[in-house]
Amino acid sequence: MLTAIGLKSEEDLIAYLPADVRFDKRLAIENGKSEYEIVDYFKQRAAQNANGYPSFLGAGVYNHYRPVLVDTVVSRGEFLTSYTPYQAEISQGTLTTIFEFQSMVCQLTGMEVANASMYDGSSAVPEAAMMGVRVTRRDKVLVARTVHPEYREVLQTYTKHQGIPVIELGYTKKGLLDLDDLKRNLDGEVAALIIQTPNFFGILEQLEEISGIVSQNGTLLGVVFTEAVALGLIEPPAQADIVVGELQSFAISPSYGGPYAGIIATREKYIRQLPGRLVGETTDADGHRAFCLTLATREQHIRREKATSNICTNQALLALMATVFMTVYGKEGLRELAEQNLAKAHYLASKLELEFESPFFNEFVARTDTRSPQRINDALAEQKIVGGLALGRFYPELKHCMLLCATEMSKRQDMDTLAAAFGPKHTQ
Amino acid sequence: MIKKVSKHIVQNEPLLFELSSPGKRGYQLPELDVPAVNPMEALGARNVRSKIDGFPEVSEIEAIRHFTRLSTWNYAIDLGLYPLGSCTMKYNPRVNELVARTEGLAWAHPYQAEELSQGCMEVVAALEQALTEITGMDAVTLQPAAGAHGEFTGILMIRALLETRGNPRKKILVPDSAHGTNPATAMMVGYSVANIKSNDRGMVDLEVLERAATEDVAGLMITNPNTVGVFEENIRKICSIMHDKGALVYMDGANMNALVGIVRPGELGIDVMHLNLHKTFSTPHGGGGPGSGAVAVRDVLTPFLPLPRLKREGARWRWNYDLPNSIGRVRAFYGNFGVLVRALAYIMAHGGNGLRQATLDALLNANYIRALLEPYYELAYRAPSMHECVFSDDPQAKRGVRTGDIAKRLIDYGFHPYTVSFPLIVRGALMIEPTETESKRELDLFADAMISIAQEAEENPDLVLKAPHSTRTRRVDEVTAARRPIVRWTPQPKASQAAD
Repeated sequence: MLTAIGLKSEEDLIAYLPADVRFDKRLAIENGKSEYEIVDYFKQRAAQNANGYPSFLGAGVYNHYRPVLVDTVVSRGEFLTSYTPYQAEISQGTLTTIFEFQSMVCQLTGMEVANASMYDGSSAVPEAAMMGVRVTRRDKVLVARTVHPEYREVLQTYTKHQGIPVIELGYTKKGLLDLDDLKRNLDGEVAALIIQTPNFFGILEQLEEISGIVSQNGTLLGVVFTEAVALGLIEPPAQADIVVGELQSFAISPSYGGPYAGIIATREKYIRQLPGRLVGETTDADGHRAFCLTLATREQHIRREKATSNICTNQALLALMATVFMTVYGKEGLRELAEQNLAKAHYLASKLELEFESPFFNEFVARTDTRSPQRINDALAEQKIVGGLALGRFYPELKHCMLLCATEMSKRQDMDTLAAAFGPKHTQ
Repeated sequence: MIKKVSKHIVQNEPLLFELSSPGKRGYQLPELDVPAVNPMEALGARNVRSKIDGFPEVSEIEAIRHFTRLSTWNYAIDLGLYPLGSCTMKYNPRVNELVARTEGLAWAHPYQAEELSQGCMEVVAALEQALTEITGMDAVTLQPAAGAHGEFTGILMIRALLETRGNPRKKILVPDSAHGTNPATAMMVGYSVANIKSNDRGMVDLEVLERAATEDVAGLMITNPNTVGVFEENIRKICSIMHDKGALVYMDGANMNALVGIVRPGELGIDVMHLNLHKTFSTPHGGGGPGSGAVAVRDVLTPFLPLPRLKREGARWRWNYDLPNSIGRVRAFYGNFGVLVRALAYIMAHGGNGLRQATLDALLNANYIRALLEPYYELAYRAPSMHECVFSDDPQAKRGVRTGDIAKRLIDYGFHPYTVSFPLIVRGALMIEPTETESKRELDLFADAMISIAQEAEENPDLVLKAPHSTRTRRVDEVTAARRPIVRWTPQPKASQAAD
């Protein structure tokens, strides 16, 4: 090969680089390791973690069972080792699964169009806000404090330099968006209101009332979800103009925070304002049904600085995991799965005192009395159980509270142990 | 002559929704060990939906066949060379997949106590350290989810730094050879974009740059090696021009596969850069994600890194949220951890010397392809190539055959096409990046195919123009797809289904 190029050694390939740019030392990285050593290293790291503990954490990341088929499908090299499907003729596998994904996201959310997925739920929120700003040509955004706190932080980071003021709205004693606060802050400058349901406290927001208030003002309603399994049971947010959410619950492992798959879905009339990849149906030269990436004129590689976003990837493989998950559970199974989650969470809740009295799905806020959330979690850790999220970190006024989640994976015995850790009166 | 492939039978398959029939199921849930709850009572009747209309109902074997059949309609690295320029489609080692599934890592919850997450934090720290060494920068954040997300993070930091100096300034300079994400990113951070025209060697023109670098300019986004695969030999001078004006230099690290172990951007004057872990560090593209866009910075930008940052306290790691100058959060939690595990496994397998060797092999493969194809295709620039080479379709265009047609014909020869019509500064560009993981045999087959297509373009252009001929799906009508978008399945009346 060197002869074909006319060189004597590989070093000649870089000989022309100016000496003052070349790094002529050795990288201070240990010599290459064998496969066995690499596997062993990561096993050791895993052993430093809470390995195999039952967990009652939710708060945007949920512990659901992953059907075996999911890993079987995504381990196929044809899905795993392919690129973004620009070359439609040899990417119909990926394109077809994305089309199915987009269709199922629409069915799930009650929206008319969905894109091929986003990085995650959190970064989909500012994309929804910016979309609201483009559609309404207004510049202010309202967001409920019952939206995931980290999602709100991401929204602030994105909007800060684009001249989009973001105002946070309070919540009531029932753990719901404060409608009076909403009305007070709603004016002709408000492009979008962003709420979450089930909200960060696990509670279902009053969608109809909220949508009635904002639609009169010409403000778009953006609805966020973090627990996709809820959509198997609860009424989809059809009143929304934009729905964004996180599909981690659909067979994507918690993986210490990522990678996940976000979604963004909207009404047909806003399709040209959607960020990200979109797959459409068409035909090939023989007239057969085929799929391809479409409406690329919204995107950065065509529009450059005039694009709807700088996004140039979706999360195809994770979207595929969610697609296989939705296929395995299907119409009956997603409902049954959601009902099991509801039953488990309500069993656990029945043993504890709740901070808010409102309808909840599989998460709720429990009040602690004599023992602090930290002390309860420490005690549980000694019994190899991961407790809930101490809420004081995000809501100082709720420092006596803990956000707990139960799923189909939660065993009755572990729930009883958890309740007992709250104090003697919770052991029944 | 087509050597790499021959025809074989491909299975047809309808959409899931067309495959469904009522009552079929492929799951089994455990029996409830707690009392069932009536959803209407618990949630209120108005909050409960009916079963999801149109959702799939298939058996387990139908599900596995469905996705297996669809998978066979894809091309993939596992099937052969994937020479997309700028995309770095190298082999994805399977041990990386295995370790990313290690239970205590894959099922670690981001909010479990730090005492119970030390293994994950150690992985993050180890990768940060390795990437700091590779880039020669001072610190690394692993938060961004993708390259474009990394660009956003980096430009936000530039803005934050300039704000503390009293003036965020107005413009970002972007060479006309840049990826489209660069200008789109600058806009998202509130900057306008000034395009810098490349010189006749495909490089940044120093005179043009000096004129453009005014007091209004916050920074320059530069890709090095640039998108024609050429090292910006004046990179030090470029950085000093910007620094003299109080501006910063962002390096798009999409092409870092050409530099690992031989050039460290931190030693060139680069202030901030991103790395695509899904390119240089072999994590799988997965049909378009997940990626990870690690960002490396010099000391001047360290205070502005996104939240949270790892901090060592005695024998343990902590997440530090107390960073008053930080740009804030760019996403929830701590980054695409599962991708980070894979990238660290790649670095461990290679070691420092192996990484450098991989770079040299990538350069060798690209230059070998260049040498073989140069007699048949027009080289866009004579400057030495690094990890990729760029040709123009000028000779073939005389026969009406364009880069997009050659690409489609390449499919018949059993290869995925190269990158088509990019960079924009080359007329009818063919951008080819073989990567280091290809064998000479595969490269020779590819070169033979390209040479054969060049001959076909001369002798039988129609053959090329109507390609691909042997795929399950023929050339796809993308124009109609965009004009009349159908982006979800809806039930069809019986009559039109029959016509399908």
